[in-house]
Amino acid sequence: MIEFILNDQTVQVTPQQSAVAFLDFLRKDKKLKGLKLVCKEGECGACTVLVGELKEGKLIYQSMTSCIMPLANAHRKHIVTIEGISLEGLNKIQQEMVDNNGTQCGFCTPGFVVSMAGALLNGERINQKNMIKCIDGNICRCTGYKSIERACENVVEDVGGAAKSINTLIKRGYLPEYFKTIKKRLETLNDAKDKSGILKRKNGIKLGGGTDLYVQKPRSMYKDEPDHMYDKSQLNDIKIVGKEIRFGASVSMGDLYRSDVFNNAIPGQEEFFKLLSSTQIRNMATIGGNLVNASPIGDFTIFLLGMNSKIILANGAKKRTLFLKDFYLDYKKMDLKDGEYLKEIRFDIPDTKNTFFNFEKVSQRKYLDIAGVNSAFQLILDDDKNIKEAHLSAGGVGPIPWYLKKTRKFLVGKKWSKDVIEKALVVMGNEIAPISDARGSAEYKRLLLRQLFLAHCLKFDENIIDVTSFIPA
Amino acid sequence: MTKKRKKKKENKNIPTQKTKKDINLDAPFHVTGRTKYIDDIPEMEGTCFAKSYYSRCAHGSITKINIKKAEQIPGVVRILSHKDVPGENQIGGIVRDEPLLADGEVHFYGQPILLVIAETEDIALEALDAIEIEYKEKEIIVDPKEAYKKGQVLSASRTFKLGNPNASFKKCKYFFEGEAFSGGQEHLYLETQGAYAIPRDQGGLLIHSSTQGPTAVQKVTAKVLGLNQSQVEINVNRIGGGFGGKEDQASHWAALAGFAAHVTNRPVKLILSRHEDLQMTGKRHPYNSDYKIGLDENLKIVAYEATFYQNGGAAADLSPAVLERTLFHATNSYYVPNVKVTAHPCKTNIPPNTAFRGFGGPQGKYVMEVAIHHAARELGTTAHKIQKKNLFKNGDEFSYGQIVENCEASKCWNETIRRYGFTKMIKDVETFNKENKYLKKGLALQPICFGISFTNTPMNNARALVHVYGDGSVGVSTGAVEMGQGVNTKMVQVAAQAFGLELSDIRLEDTNTTRVANTSPSAASATADLNGRALQDACDQIKERIIPLACELLKEKNPKNISFENGTVKAKRKSMSWVELVQTALLRRINMSAKGHYSTPRIHFDKKKEKGHPFAYHVYGTAIFEVTLDCIRGTYQFDAVKLVHDFGSSMNKAVDLGQIEGGLIQGMGWMTLEDVVYDKKGLLKSNTLATYKIPDVYFVPKTLNIHFLNTKHDNLAILKSKAVGEPPLMYGLGAYFSIANAILAYNPSANITYDAPMTTEKILMALYSKK
Repeated sequence: MIEFILNDQTVQVTPQQSAVAFLDFLRKDKKLKGLKLVCKEGECGACTVLVGELKEGKLIYQSMTSCIMPLANAHRKHIVTIEGISLEGLNKIQQEMVDNNGTQCGFCTPGFVVSMAGALLNGERINQKNMIKCIDGNICRCTGYKSIERACENVVEDVGGAAKSINTLIKRGYLPEYFKTIKKRLETLNDAKDKSGILKRKNGIKLGGGTDLYVQKPRSMYKDEPDHMYDKSQLNDIKIVGKEIRFGASVSMGDLYRSDVFNNAIPGQEEFFKLLSSTQIRNMATIGGNLVNASPIGDFTIFLLGMNSKIILANGAKKRTLFLKDFYLDYKKMDLKDGEYLKEIRFDIPDTKNTFFNFEKVSQRKYLDIAGVNSAFQLILDDDKNIKEAHLSAGGVGPIPWYLKKTRKFLVGKKWSKDVIEKALVVMGNEIAPISDARGSAEYKRLLLRQLFLAHCLKFDENIIDVTSFIPA
Repeated sequence: MTKKRKKKKENKNIPTQKTKKDINLDAPFHVTGRTKYIDDIPEMEGTCFAKSYYSRCAHGSITKINIKKAEQIPGVVRILSHKDVPGENQIGGIVRDEPLLADGEVHFYGQPILLVIAETEDIALEALDAIEIEYKEKEIIVDPKEAYKKGQVLSASRTFKLGNPNASFKKCKYFFEGEAFSGGQEHLYLETQGAYAIPRDQGGLLIHSSTQGPTAVQKVTAKVLGLNQSQVEINVNRIGGGFGGKEDQASHWAALAGFAAHVTNRPVKLILSRHEDLQMTGKRHPYNSDYKIGLDENLKIVAYEATFYQNGGAAADLSPAVLERTLFHATNSYYVPNVKVTAHPCKTNIPPNTAFRGFGGPQGKYVMEVAIHHAARELGTTAHKIQKKNLFKNGDEFSYGQIVENCEASKCWNETIRRYGFTKMIKDVETFNKENKYLKKGLALQPICFGISFTNTPMNNARALVHVYGDGSVGVSTGAVEMGQGVNTKMVQVAAQAFGLELSDIRLEDTNTTRVANTSPSAASATADLNGRALQDACDQIKERIIPLACELLKEKNPKNISFENGTVKAKRKSMSWVELVQTALLRRINMSAKGHYSTPRIHFDKKKEKGHPFAYHVYGTAIFEVTLDCIRGTYQFDAVKLVHDFGSSMNKAVDLGQIEGGLIQGMGWMTLEDVVYDKKGLLKSNTLATYKIPDVYFVPKTLNIHFLNTKHDNLAILKSKAVGEPPLMYGLGAYFSIANAILAYNPSANITYDAPMTTEKILMALYSKK
């Protein structure tokens, strides 16, 4: 059986239901109707739940959009809904939302309250920036957010600073009493032998966080018995081996974002990550899923291409390694053979002294949106300012996440100069093949990639080129 | 109040409810997830689920329908078509041009053709997949100008005229003309359209509907089912957002659910998925417009002419009324002595567009602001110099004949300039722009003026039902629908104030057509005014009946000395508790229930002459926008919006502040992020939340200052607290022009196309363009 704690109740569900969307289970089976169904895309946060699990002995909660979360991903965890954080009266977050009039029609509100509670339970510092980050995946159509910001400020005022223990949060009126018992109960749950069998499935579609598959084919997922990759421990490692950082395909964006190993390897990555989707989706979406979805505009794919990453593909005991840039063959076509799956991703940790790395993304809405064009650039110069290496990737400018081989070839060996950049722009323009679609016209995407490449260059060397010279005279 | 009730308040199952004035009484239930919307109503045994099969062709005739496979799926109860409609297959409100289910012809992609009823929602979805329909496509038109040229219109064109524009254009010192476009806007109420219909005895129906217009739903359902209106009860607990999208368009889904329940004699739930809602329902009207503006040497606008091509979609819906409001607000906050504005409601092959906060007003104002911006640019001045020169003053005449009274336009403008130091802001922005090569700031000032009342005069009326119970508590029913705008709280405040009771003594009932009938929809920002006044009337009636009794019991000779405060009834010397008075009144067989009525006085409008006095009053305000543009990437962040708004005397500052903030951000979304895109085949491309973006928490301005301008004119607002629903949306126009000004700071010869929304694509293209 799939077993988890739902609020204060231990719940068992048959393995056949492993692919049911968690929100449907909540609303239809459990009749817990506090959280709402709004988009079924993970785009609005109205169905946000907290998922608590033991990580290195610590109980950490992450927010997730339950509308696209496979039931299997709740296995052996603590799932908290709006019903599970309400006290007999109001908890303090709820009280602040009431006092600041942070709710109007009320439909998005339970999701916001859960996300805000997530900011107190995710193990991070409690400050306004983090509070707002935790609601970056919640959409409200009524309030204009300012009243919700004020509610957040008041929560921070009351309980801000270092992360607080569960006991403190109970005492301060943020959580109900039963939270005290959860750690122990999860330990017991996780010590027992796993009889669900869901992690042993070999056949069926490979399913990670569900953030793409449940959006693309929500209904067929129900009927399948997928191969659940999300909690396979062998795919969840983040480590450094020699000069390389390696992580398993089931590592989520959130795992990576919080990992000290990754943070030390790529300083300043926080700003890039903020551009990738929302807190809830980062907590769910796996890196492997992002790569095999093969979207020509996948943000993290573009990031990894800019790192010139390698991937490990496995088939039983057989393994092969290839560069990510060689993985994509055509639109949604990959060099992935029958029975093979993506196991691991590796790239060389940039040497901060000599290597420049930058990721750029422009979308219609700055956050939680799919890029018009995104791009990563890794540049290594020698002491004479000659270009030793120049990995440039771009999304939204062709049928696949694009690694600009020709532009790289042109750049490597040349002197870092305005003249070379201008010529590289011409090579780049000839290399890409954007099409007009919902993300913008082909003409715009060409212009945007030029600008993003210039943005890379200026970030590295702010006076290397005068962008105003591109304004038509 | 009595001790007994105090005890009740301590019941731990009820979230603590503060009873102080400036809160929203619904909030404690919202934040705990206890508030019930349609899909949260526990399903009755035997409930079926309905789904509509919609057209995959934007214009054509249906050549083949095959439902055999679908019908054979176990659990499919019935599949209904237009042939099964027992009454009239017609849902059009203003014009009878929209079938409930398509009859041979389809006019937009997303038009309902069949209705599947099944034991579960999953089975209904499976059945949809098994239905096969073929079409013979006809010419598809999505462009309103093209539609107009080909004679495709939904109703009559309208023209408002003042002075002599033709002659004055010839005399103007400056004259500019051009084209402007403003896009559609998806309502994106978080709760999708839906209804739950339950058969009742005597062939009647109870429908829980997510609607702003219970009476509209009742009428449409009765008509399509061939029932009397009295047999159809519509109940609305509340709705999860409306914004106009559920003023008229909720009727379709409620009528379909009612149809299914009527035919099967089983309860039927019909809830649209987000995708269906985006695909099938109408949105804010896109407008293509032509304008001419003439100014004198002092920058006074002498003449203005505009032609609006309204993209109405495939059926009239509310388009004729929306069109009218475009004309009413075509000159925004500016007095123009010579005006000619014409609007054409054009029929195209997209879903019928409908009401959306502002109701055509924003589209009209946008064109005026474009004309001013255009003129300012050509004249080498800034738009705000022209704006200021032309603000309305008392005694000016609107193009529709109403005379400006109690005008707050200049007061709001001047207070904004003074309070927020606009002159210094200009200097600071100039300095910033000099010091930064690739970051540029833009400023814009945005005044608004919005008329309050339904422009269709007969709709300006409301009723309320009040019961005073034996324990002194009060039950209130009105025609107002709570959709987040806080009208529940305002109604409770009105009743509490009338009887001198606590907010917690008043219970606001669901909006239900059997308690309050023949209602106007909750729309036009007038809901609190109309229903609040009707409620006051009902409370006054009850008070009039018990004041003589109070005089008798308190030995008071002058009834005017009786007052109701803090649960007490006071006379000059003595007082008694409210509960005691109520109980005595009941023993004396006094009627402690009353039905109140209100119809707005003074207003009238002659549609033949296009002149009259259509509005009870106007709401004014001015906002400053400041934006920083990243000229490398074409991205932006709003630094600040600072505004002064004319609230009258706000009866609930928390609720009213929420309306301003929410309306403003929604308007900014319309002008920037929100891009409704149909392709040439009439297919909606922005049909998911991944492709249609509304403001998120990072989008909103870092600083948002709102100053309450308190005005105390004896206007027709409830408790002198002015209507606040729609006006703030129109501040959002300033978002467009502040970005345009930032673009011009980077590239003075940029080609600004006046083609809203100002998407990141249009920004970048403009930054590197030449006019």
